[in-house]
This record gives sequence, structure tokens and C-alpha cells, in this order.
Amino acid sequence: MKVAKHTFDAVIVGAGGAGLRAALQLSEAGLKTAVLTKVFPTRSHTVAAQGGVAASLGNSTEDNWHWHMYDTVKGSDWLGDQDAIEFMVKKANEVVVELEHYGMPFDRTDNGKIYQRPFGGHSQNYGQTPVSRSCAAADRTGHAMLHALYQRNVRANTQFFVEWMAMDLIRNTDGDVLGVTAMEMETGEVSIFHAKATIFATGGAGRIYYSSTNAFINTGDGVGMAARAGIPLEDMEFWQFHPTGVAGAGVLITEGVRGEGGILRNASGERFMERYAPNLKDLASRDVVSRSMVTEINEGRGCGSEKDHVLLDITHLSPETINKRLPGIREISIQFAGVDPIKAPIPVVPTCHYQMGGIPTNYKGQVVVPKDGNPNVPVAGFYAAGECACASVHGANRLGTNSLLDLLVFGKAAGETVVNDFKSGQLTLKPLPDNAADVSLARIARLETQTNGEDVHEVRLDMQRTMQKHAGVFRFADILKEGVTKILQVAERAKTTQIKDKSKVWNTARTEALELDNLIEVAKATMISAEARKESRGAHVRDDAIDCAETPNGRDDKNWLKHTLWYSEGNRLDYKPVNLQPLSPEVEPIALAKRTY
Amino acid sequence: MSSKRTVQFKIYRYDPDRDDKPYMQDISVELEESDKKLLDALVRLKAKDDTLSFRRSCREGVCGSDAMNINGKNGLACLTAMENLAEPITIRPLPGLPVIRDVIVDMTQFFKQYHSIKPYLVNNDPAPERERLQSPEDREELNGLYECILCACCSTSCPSFWWNPDKFVGPAGLLAAYRFLADTRDQATSERLDNLEDPYRLFRCHSIMNCVDVCPKGLNPTKAIGKIKDMMVRRAV
Repeated sequence: MKVAKHTFDAVIVGAGGAGLRAALQLSEAGLKTAVLTKVFPTRSHTVAAQGGVAASLGNSTEDNWHWHMYDTVKGSDWLGDQDAIEFMVKKANEVVVELEHYGMPFDRTDNGKIYQRPFGGHSQNYGQTPVSRSCAAADRTGHAMLHALYQRNVRANTQFFVEWMAMDLIRNTDGDVLGVTAMEMETGEVSIFHAKATIFATGGAGRIYYSSTNAFINTGDGVGMAARAGIPLEDMEFWQFHPTGVAGAGVLITEGVRGEGGILRNASGERFMERYAPNLKDLASRDVVSRSMVTEINEGRGCGSEKDHVLLDITHLSPETINKRLPGIREISIQFAGVDPIKAPIPVVPTCHYQMGGIPTNYKGQVVVPKDGNPNVPVAGFYAAGECACASVHGANRLGTNSLLDLLVFGKAAGETVVNDFKSGQLTLKPLPDNAADVSLARIARLETQTNGEDVHEVRLDMQRTMQKHAGVFRFADILKEGVTKILQVAERAKTTQIKDKSKVWNTARTEALELDNLIEVAKATMISAEARKESRGAHVRDDAIDCAETPNGRDDKNWLKHTLWYSEGNRLDYKPVNLQPLSPEVEPIALAKRTY
Repeated sequence: MSSKRTVQFKIYRYDPDRDDKPYMQDISVELEESDKKLLDALVRLKAKDDTLSFRRSCREGVCGSDAMNINGKNGLACLTAMENLAEPITIRPLPGLPVIRDVIVDMTQFFKQYHSIKPYLVNNDPAPERERLQSPEDREELNGLYECILCACCSTSCPSFWWNPDKFVGPAGLLAAYRFLADTRDQATSERLDNLEDPYRLFRCHSIMNCVDVCPKGLNPTKAIGKIKDMMVRRAV
């Protein structure tokens, strides 16, 4: 097969929030940039974010970035790197105000400022009372943000390659990144995108689980590509289960519903969160709320004939508030739960939502790997931002509204780093190896010729069921161990997937088979990292971790205050220290403490 | 207790790599109880025959990928309830745009029109340190405008767009145009109106209102177009 070659200063893979924010930085600086995206930019999954983006603007309640930093470190169960967290919370006001200037239609306070609502785990005065920190456009914040970012890129003349699927990362023998191979979906042709800088902004892989709030496209493409190219994946055992997915359908109901006053109730109508988090109640951190819900269900206090969900109640709010602040939720609830929340509560269950781990980066958006005893050496030419990256600001549990902030701050930071490196002459176009496209062509050739192979749909389903059963909200030592064996078996089967569709034109069967290769890398990383981490921290909670003075909530700082690094080759695990030191010398580190809400 | 049921489909099929011309395929599929929406059924069909091609992503009506013509009316597969559909369920690509394969259409012309209205805020004042202020009432003017998901259900149900897709902006593009005209922060009102002052770009809308009828988000492009026309009249006098 003939392989065309395109040359750019920079190639960005992904056109969600992080990719678009990075693209803006590069386009406005005049770099010749290609943005590859497998869906039209406004169809990226950022569009589905609902509740808001965090910034300590203090528009309706007093706030400052120190409080935001404390909440984020505590939310991460101290696994987040405090330099990156300080960087993010300090930049929050700037990036949110910028978006407003780009035209994002935020809701407004009576005095015309950006409207802010309370959200889980966000507090005033170091955990004391809820704070209104989430900047919102009704319950369609992600949609409003993604469109505003796309529109600004139209103004900046950003060059998009729409419906192109990136396939593999290109590295030379020194390990430098030289670009990617990608397939144009309309023609099935593979091209090489040769660039001085490559930015991954490919989002998460929430589709490794059976029950997920995530879109079909969230298949961890960048994470899988990086893993296959020898880059380790960081902290992949940490997955966020959002407390409120619509029972059965999995569609997201924003935490903003509880921010506006919504209450979780069990079968007897009890507001059970008062027992688990006496202070912040329904607005405790997501991992805490999800576990409380599962405990209620496991102990027989679930709702419905199967006692398999709880209820999210907003019937006490006025219809005006619901229609003004939560119109999208009302729509989703009627569509997918068959319930009008003005009249009746919404059935909800914890549902896989967000990948805290990912491709290891520093706060500048550079991808970093261990080398010669230094755990964080930048990979020349390689950058990542957003959900596919692990900076790490979310650690073991992300706070709601910090994901939209993450993609703005680190999308911009990665873009700025590339622009600076470009201007200082550090970025050069290194020669491509002769075989740069061979891996991708071989993958496609295998799919063309595979016989007696496995069905893509079946293998994916088995992967999703295995992940759901063996690495869910609560984790058990023996079930995790069994899960490792099972997921490795599924991964073997994924090597011989077979498709019936042999067309070159818009072959979605082939796309799904290629996506499965990426999902499988993420699933293996998750199961193996989770089995190995013998403690409870944030979203990773195991039965054999004991809550005592030495290991509060089962968290073992003596042995496990460290980041996991999983390498695809040989499923090897390595670890690196957590950075407990903030970026600025004058900022005090947030000291380790037992996490309660 | 069996809640499984078999559903009959008639689906537009065309693979330029294999077929001389498009054809309608009769096909049936057994649904599980959890298959509530048309998209669920199409995904179930695709598991049976992986050559069936369609776009899809969020499955909750916010990304705009899975617009198609369903029993003669444009809509999103993910928001269309199976129980309301008469059989055989007839699925065709969105009308008026070139078909690439099966129900996947070439949306180039649609996006070209969207881009032609300069879909971004124009404000040439120096950027203040904080947000530009906007009253809740002024912000409310944007409701019903900014929520568009660019699915193209509206423009591809509009006869004026069918006849002149290269000259008439179409309901989606005009809704976006009014979204910026209505924004108190935008300063390009007269340029935006100049851009639309043309026998085709704006004035090909004859208020047929197919766009309003099909919009999966309940938006009203006809009303927005009427407001642009009002602005044109007001500035003429």
C-alpha cells in the first residue's frame, strides 16, 4: 500500500476540549498545525460534560485558589502531584475568563458575572462548608465550552483532518516521537503525519467497562498507542464511578443536580449520605458517594423491584429552578429514565465515568518517563493533555468540574510549551525511519486476511464484563487476581479479531477492531495495576486493606504513597514518587491526613 | 417471561467499493429488553452484520452524530424510541447531501454554510482582566440558540436548502448567525447583516418550518430567521 506523507510543525491528535485549546495556542502563534480527529470536533466527548468548570472566581461565595488546592489534594487522596495541582488551580480564573471572552454563554449572576454553583468535594476554608466554585452554562457546560473552543479555532484558521483515526505513534531508535500514522475513514488510506511536536489529546477509555457514562468513541486511542510504543501508563487502577448514571441506561446525570439541592434517598426515603458524610452529605467526593450508594444497595436498602438502584430526588426544587438550571437533565431523565424529575425522583447507580490515570506528563504537558534513575525525563517531541494524560492532578479521585479545568489548563500549557520549544529552536524535524508505517499497515493487513478469528463485538463485550465484575466500585483481592488471568485471556483473543466488512470506504467494523486494540491495553493496565496495589486510596478500595490508625481508611502511605507505572511489554510494573512539594517555595504542602467529608 | 421481540427494518445500503447502486435492504433483528432506542437496535444489527455503517457517539442526543431519516422524518437515532416506530422501520440517509456509504452522508456543504456566517464572537475591545458583564436577561436571549448540536436534521429537511445548498445558508447556519447577533457582547452586527443581505443566503427561507418540526433539541430556527429579517428591516428604515 502506498503511504502518503504530510509534514507539519505540530500534529494534535484529538479535538475535544484539550486538543482544541492546544490547537488555539499553536494556530495563533502561527505554527503549521494539523488536528486529527475521528469525529467532527463538536462531537468529541467534552460535549457531554454538564455541571461546570471549577475556578475560584468567588462570584457568589468567598473563595480563593488555596482552598481549591486543598480540596483537590484531599480529593486525590494525596496521590495528586502538588506542583501540578498548584499550577492548575492558580490558572483556573485565567482560562475560564478567556473562554468567556471567546463567547462561551455562561449563565449569569444578577450583577452580570459568571454564575457559579456548589459541587462535590469543593469547600470553603479547608473543608468546612460547600462553596460555589463551578462555573456553569445551565447543565450544558461541556457543550457550550466545546462549541466556543471550536468557534475560536474557526476564527484562528486551524487546519482539521476530520474523521481521520490516528493509528500508531512513530518513534525513532532514540525514543523521540516523530508523529503518527493515521487512517482517513472515508477512503481507508493510511498516511504518515511527520511533525516536530506531537500532542495527544485523545480522551479517556471509559468504554472498557460494561456500564459507562462515556460515548462510544471513548476507546483510549492515545493511551493505547502510547502503551504499544513503549510509554508506561500511570495510575491506571484509578477509575471514577460517577454516583449518578441513569439506572440501566448509564447516561450521566450531573452532580450539579445535587449542587442545586438534589438529595439521594434509599428505599425508605432516607437521606443516607448524612450517615456517611455528616458534613458535606450529598456533596461529598464522588468516590465516597458511589461507595455509600453501593453499600446501601448491598445491604438491601436499594430501590425498585430488584432493589438495585437509589433515587435522586429534586421534587422539592421549584419547576422554575429545574427548567432554568437543569433543563438538559430534565430532558435526559424523561428520555432515558421515563421520569419527569419535577414530579418524581430519578433512578440512579454508580457508573464508570472518568480515567484518573493515563500517559505520564509534567505540569507543562510534556510526556515524562523514567530514564537513568530519573523518574520524569521528557520524551522529545511528545506532549499530552486532558483525560488521556496524567499530570497528575486527580490522583486517586477527581473532583467534579476539575476535568474541564484540567483540559483547559493543560491543553493551553502543552500548546505554550510546544510554541516555546519551537521558537527557541529546540524542536527539529528528525528523519523518519524507513519502516515508519509498517506497524499500522500490518495491523490493517491482518484484519484483511484473518480467518477463523474472534468476533470484535464478542471480545469487547467479554472485556467490558470482566472489567465490570473484577475491577468495580469495591475490589476484592481474589477477584482481582482472577480478573488478571481473565483479562489476559481476552487480550489474547483480541489479537485474532476478524471482520466481515472488507470495504475501503467508511469501514466502521475496521475502526472498531482498531479501537479494541487500544481498549485492551487500557483494560490490562487497569486490572494489573489494581491487583498490585495492596491498599485502599480514593477510587481504589479493596477488602483486604484495614482501616486503622496506621492505615486510615485502609490507605497505606508508608508503602503505597507512589504512582504506578505499567508497561505493556511483559506487563511490567514500576513505581515513582508522588510530588508532595508545591510549585512555589512559598506555598505550604497540604499535609497528609485521614480523608473524611 | 420473554420480552424479546423481532423488529423489521428496511435500510438504505450503498458501499461504493462493492455496489453499483444503492438498494433498500430488508433485515430483521431480535431486540433485548434494554434496547429502547433506535440506536440500540442499530448497534444490535451491526453486531449481526458488521458492514452496516452509521455514525454514532454520545448516545444521549448531545453530540449530533447519528442524524438520519427515520420513517420519512429526520431525527437522531439515540433519541428515537423504538416503541413509537411503525414497521418496517425505514432508515435512509439525511436527504439532500451526497451519500458516502449507507446512512453516512458528506456534510461538507452543511459545515461550509455554518462557517460562512463567521460562527465566533467578535469583540475588538481590549480584553478586560475579568469576564465581560452580561445581565441574566441579556443572557436569556441566547437560550434556544446556543444549544444547537449541528446534527443537520433541520437543514436537510428544508426544501430551500435542497434546491440551493451552495447559496442558502440553511436553518442551522442562520440559527447560529442569530446566536451571535443576539449576543450583547458581539460587535459585528452590521457586518453580520451585510453578510446575509442577499436574495439567497437569508431570504430563501419561506417559513415552511420543517426545521422546527424535526429539531431533536426543540429549537426554532424559523423564529431566529424571522428575527434576523426584522433586524434587516429595522436597519433599512
